[in-house]
Amino acid sequence: MGEFRPLGGKIVTRPFLVLAAVALFAGVLLVKRFVYGIGAVSNMSDGYPWGIWITYDVVVGTAFACGGYALAMLVYVLNKKTYYPLIRSAILASMFGYTLAGVSIFFDVGRYWQAYNLILPWYSQLSSVMFEVALCVTTYIMVLWIEFAPSFLERWNKERMLKVLRKVLFLFIAVGVLLPTMHQSSLGLLVYIAGQKVSPLWQTGFLPLLFLITSITMGYAIVVFESILSSVGFRRPLETGLLAKLSAIIPKLLALYLVIRFGDLIGRGELGLVFRGDMKSIMFIVENLLYLIPTVILFSPANRERPRMLFIGAVLMLLAGAVYRFNTFLVGFDPGPGWHYFPSFSETMITVGLIAVEIMGYLLFVKTLPVLPSLKHA
Amino acid sequence: MKRRDFLKGVACGGLLLAADVPSALAQPFARQQKAMPPEAVGILYDATLCIGCKACVAACKEHNSMPPDFSTTDQLWDNAIDLSGKTLNIIKLYTHGAGAAKDREDGFSFVKRQCMHCIDPSCVSACPVSALTKDPKSGIVSYNKGACLGCRYCQVACPYNIPKFEWDAPFPQIRKCQLCSHRIKEGGYAACCEFCPTGASLFGTTKDLLEEARYRLTLKPGEEYGFPVGRIGSRETSHRTVEAVYQPRIYGEKEGGGTQVLMLAGVPFDKLGMPKLSETSDAARSEGLQHMIYRGMIAPIALLGGLLYAVHRSTKNNDDR
Ligand code: SF4
Ligand code: SF4
Ligand code: SF4
Repeated sequence: MGEFRPLGGKIVTRPFLVLAAVALFAGVLLVKRFVYGIGAVSNMSDGYPWGIWITYDVVVGTAFACGGYALAMLVYVLNKKTYYPLIRSAILASMFGYTLAGVSIFFDVGRYWQAYNLILPWYSQLSSVMFEVALCVTTYIMVLWIEFAPSFLERWNKERMLKVLRKVLFLFIAVGVLLPTMHQSSLGLLVYIAGQKVSPLWQTGFLPLLFLITSITMGYAIVVFESILSSVGFRRPLETGLLAKLSAIIPKLLALYLVIRFGDLIGRGELGLVFRGDMKSIMFIVENLLYLIPTVILFSPANRERPRMLFIGAVLMLLAGAVYRFNTFLVGFDPGPGWHYFPSFSETMITVGLIAVEIMGYLLFVKTLPVLPSLKHA
Repeated sequence: MKRRDFLKGVACGGLLLAADVPSALAQPFARQQKAMPPEAVGILYDATLCIGCKACVAACKEHNSMPPDFSTTDQLWDNAIDLSGKTLNIIKLYTHGAGAAKDREDGFSFVKRQCMHCIDPSCVSACPVSALTKDPKSGIVSYNKGACLGCRYCQVACPYNIPKFEWDAPFPQIRKCQLCSHRIKEGGYAACCEFCPTGASLFGTTKDLLEEARYRLTLKPGEEYGFPVGRIGSRETSHRTVEAVYQPRIYGEKEGGGTQVLMLAGVPFDKLGMPKLSETSDAARSEGLQHMIYRGMIAPIALLGGLLYAVHRSTKNNDDR
């Protein structure tokens, strides 16, 4: 105790109100979706049955929410206590990211009132990648709330409960590392069954491995990103030293990723597709430049000491991971001639509204709960 | 960060990866492909016999209680332009240039689209809640709306883009041809075949249909042949002179591990919009990779064991956690 402090301050600030307005608008659109069906708000079609709700809210969103996962690996598995001050805000962001991905699934699936069928043993289909992803993600959401619970308990001075929780917390932390390892790789496996509908630039048996590695790099990147952003936003000292150390891991993972990515393409003899000059090849090049640049930037120890470089590197990496996922699920997905997809305004606003709720929740929690490190330690 | 630490970091996620890398490298990591069910039934669609009358489309609507699908503004008659949540079966037209000669690549051809009732279906493998199932005997792939979540993974998975979703319904379901299993239960058979006047859509056991299709591939233009109408074994036949030259292939015999709905045509199948698929089913490939990673849950359990040990050690002698 005492290492973390609520930030305090006014909750209903002007940015908070703007976010609330955006969220409200999304709420109205959601009413429309539930009354008139998904087609009333979305451009999804029988050719593109998954749009940005799955691709952004779930596939990219949960990868952005891998900060808690990535840091837990460092702090609790590799026992690097130096990073401990960053852990709570990372878990908090993960908790919101995953919870909202879970919420988004409820308006994305058509027959949401039967969602509980997933856990009825006579319906469960163990060979389905979707089954595994859905179950893992749901469990992980609950695990994240438990991992975050000490903040609530400290705030409410529930000393006894806190003691009990601390005894068993290691169980949840361990499961909390296992589950993302499973479902982040399985998210990549999801499109594997779509076979030839996914361009060979993205369709590969390495999808699970590539998705796993990049979910970890995105996890570290988001920790750097959030830490710098909240330091600037809340006018707190930068945690540069810590972030620099943290950022040293990233370029190595990225280099490993790029070696596998291109080795696989060359091995399958599909490298030629990169130079086609069509939309797919351009997006492939964009995606991989976004990976390459931060790899180069962050390999230099001098750059890692500079907050600006750290920030740019983190942003590029997050973009890289997002573009990679969009490419795999949408750009590289081609159901045949005649089908097109570009998200509609309403569809996009619903996703934006969800992000607004996420930020509002984050602000509320860091101001009222002990999440950010106390200044004397920072 | 030291090199050793990096290696440790990699090793941490490593158990899963270790199971993962060789599986992606090893070529035949697919699980055993499913075999044709013993009493598999299906349809043989012979494009060279099809006159484009769409009697099958109308019969399919009627016998499956599907609503009309309008594509013109006056909304006067059912004229779907593609399969949809309202249309389970459709006849499409391929033309090239002036499109004069029937069943030739430089002419025109009809093509029937519906669920192929794959032998190793991607949709069944994909569905998380067993809403899509393949009958172990007849091999018919049917849908149970009581189980379905509406996640649309079946749509993503199906190589033929067959399952359709009711986008404009507040309580939508997935729609697709279920081979008129409700009629078969009552001793009948596929409506599209029963009402086809020429025998272009022919119902039968997949075994018989394959035999019939193989025989047709030996026919030469100018020869006479009595084409069975409706279902194999029915007395009705349509005697006609073979005019078209068949593409020397039965579509569906091997595609994606084989299908119970088969096709013959005079125009190359890719021109007719049929996907080029490998002989290994995507379901076998995907499940193979998944099972490789999760075989017996050994990797996840081992990983969890390691994690529990490490986390416990790093949190115990620590007041803070
Ligand atoms: S054609 Fe598509 S919907 Fe029909 S059985 Fe095959 S995978 Fe399933
Ligand atoms: S939409 Fe329904 S039938 Fe299709 S995969 Fe999802 S749950 Fe199964
Ligand atoms: S078998 Fe029945 S449901 Fe399927 S296309 Fe023919 S008529 Fe329609």
